[in-house]
Amino acid sequence: MEIFSTANDFLLWVRGDAFNIALTILIIGVFIRLMEIFLLGRKKDFSEPRGTEWGPGLKNIVTRSVVDNGTFKRAPFVVVVGYIWHICFFIVLLFFVPHIELINAMLGIKWPGLPSQFVDAATVIAMVSLIAMLWHRLTHPVLKFLSTYEDYLVWFVTFLPLLTGYIAFHRMIDPYPLALGLHILSVELLMVVFPFTKLMHAITLFIARWYTGAMMGRKGIES
Amino acid sequence: MNKQTLFELLQQQGITRRGFMKYCTALTSLMALPPSMIPIVANALESARRPSVIWLSFQECTGCTESLTRSHSPTVEGLIFDHISLDYHHTLQAASGDAAEHAREQAMKDNYGKYLVVVDGSIPLGDPGYSTIAGISNLDMLNETVAGAAAVIAVGTCSAYGGLPMADPNPTGAVSVTSLIKDKPVINVPGCPPIPTVITGVLAHYLTFGSIPELDELGRPKVFYGQSIHDRCYRRPFYDKGLFAETFDDEGAKKGWCLYRLGCKGPMTYNACATLKWNQQTSWPVESGHGCLGCSEPNFWDAGSFYKALSIPDGDYAKAAGYAVATGVAVGAAAGFVNRKTKSTAVSQHTKVTVDDFELNKDKK
Repeated sequence: MEIFSTANDFLLWVRGDAFNIALTILIIGVFIRLMEIFLLGRKKDFSEPRGTEWGPGLKNIVTRSVVDNGTFKRAPFVVVVGYIWHICFFIVLLFFVPHIELINAMLGIKWPGLPSQFVDAATVIAMVSLIAMLWHRLTHPVLKFLSTYEDYLVWFVTFLPLLTGYIAFHRMIDPYPLALGLHILSVELLMVVFPFTKLMHAITLFIARWYTGAMMGRKGIES
Repeated sequence: MNKQTLFELLQQQGITRRGFMKYCTALTSLMALPPSMIPIVANALESARRPSVIWLSFQECTGCTESLTRSHSPTVEGLIFDHISLDYHHTLQAASGDAAEHAREQAMKDNYGKYLVVVDGSIPLGDPGYSTIAGISNLDMLNETVAGAAAVIAVGTCSAYGGLPMADPNPTGAVSVTSLIKDKPVINVPGCPPIPTVITGVLAHYLTFGSIPELDELGRPKVFYGQSIHDRCYRRPFYDKGLFAETFDDEGAKKGWCLYRLGCKGPMTYNACATLKWNQQTSWPVESGHGCLGCSEPNFWDAGSFYKALSIPDGDYAKAAGYAVATGVAVGAAAGFVNRKTKSTAVSQHTKVTVDDFELNKDKK
């Protein structure tokens, strides 16, 4: 059966129906996870508060991004490569002009982009750091023992958009609509997997950090 | 076929050997062949007979013919066009009515198996009455004419891919030539309209080599459709630098920055506009300040807004997102309450364990 008669039809499908399906699953999944977390509830704390909750909570969201010295000493590789990966990933995600156009169309906000060669370099560094992370996971005996199917799935769906984006940008697959279509499809795969895996940390980290900070704040502890 | 060769015709028009060689050089470079091919092209043309060409116009707007006739006067295109035998063309022929149809039939009879058929416009399959010529449906005329053709050239996006007539909701049931003709070589020369030089270039290729050029997966000659607009665009450096026009009249637009954000389809469009340009190399759409529409690609009319950047989703994602939020909250709330219920049930069913439960031989006591 001929599903897509041309690469353009495929691109139209990934930009149209497939995107809507992926977006729907992403949003439903994220809201289910968030509602479950918020509805867990906490027992009422009858102790007298020694400090406020909101301020320390918000502060903790920021301060926890700074590397803890102990962690760095224990796992320097993970810290350094982890930082490189996240920075390069955000450069690619947020400063490539076609990506900004997408965000602008969906959320109505935009900002200037970076030159595409710069984004291109960041893509390569991000891919190399992901490969390094995988190599580390596979060679570190403890990490390998602890790794589950989900860890490799998450690595795969994160790596794929970078690879297909790189291929599309450099037009390594002909015709271009096929290359671009594969890139968008790989992002849609990431969107579908996102809420049901540890990728959800991109959202839950704010809740977790806020909660820790707020709890400490209430007790009057600097965190 | 006309008895005279192309070279003899050119000589009659007072064109010198030097002029002819210059013409062959231009033609060779036009077809993206190496310079070593120039003598071969010259040899081929010197002995080439004028092929008979039958031009069929179906559901079209005459834009393709308008484009072709703009390749006029002493250009390479003009020369080539003068030296094919265009035996049938509604718009350009002097004859009308029976005489016109007779010319077509005569050309087919005289050159059976050797003539070229050029088609512009799509073919309606919904009801033959949507488009007829001399009482003959487009489908019948196509089948009848193509039967004795050496090759078919589908000129314009309508005949190559269905084009505007096939756009949603396709009221006439329009289809492309390629979807109907399977037993003859079909060369697609899409564009709305195609560049005149490309139309004549394809004819020139056939005239020179007697064969059809190498085609891409969409049936287009790779010589002209091998590279994307984006890769050949003179505004490409601005794309790479991240300099974009945001509106059609802002500073960026005035400075000639990239039109990607204004919906340019250059990255996904394969055509020669950026290199061959239009109106005798005067300009082309992007140079005149408007993004590429992607007119040489299948279904470009239905490929989303001309003014939406290529990276933007095309569906009604806001509606999908709205429903998804509502569903997510509802299902999440239900799941949350089920979790709480499970927890409270577990708490209520919890039985306390005392030290007696651990005593050995408890039952024997």
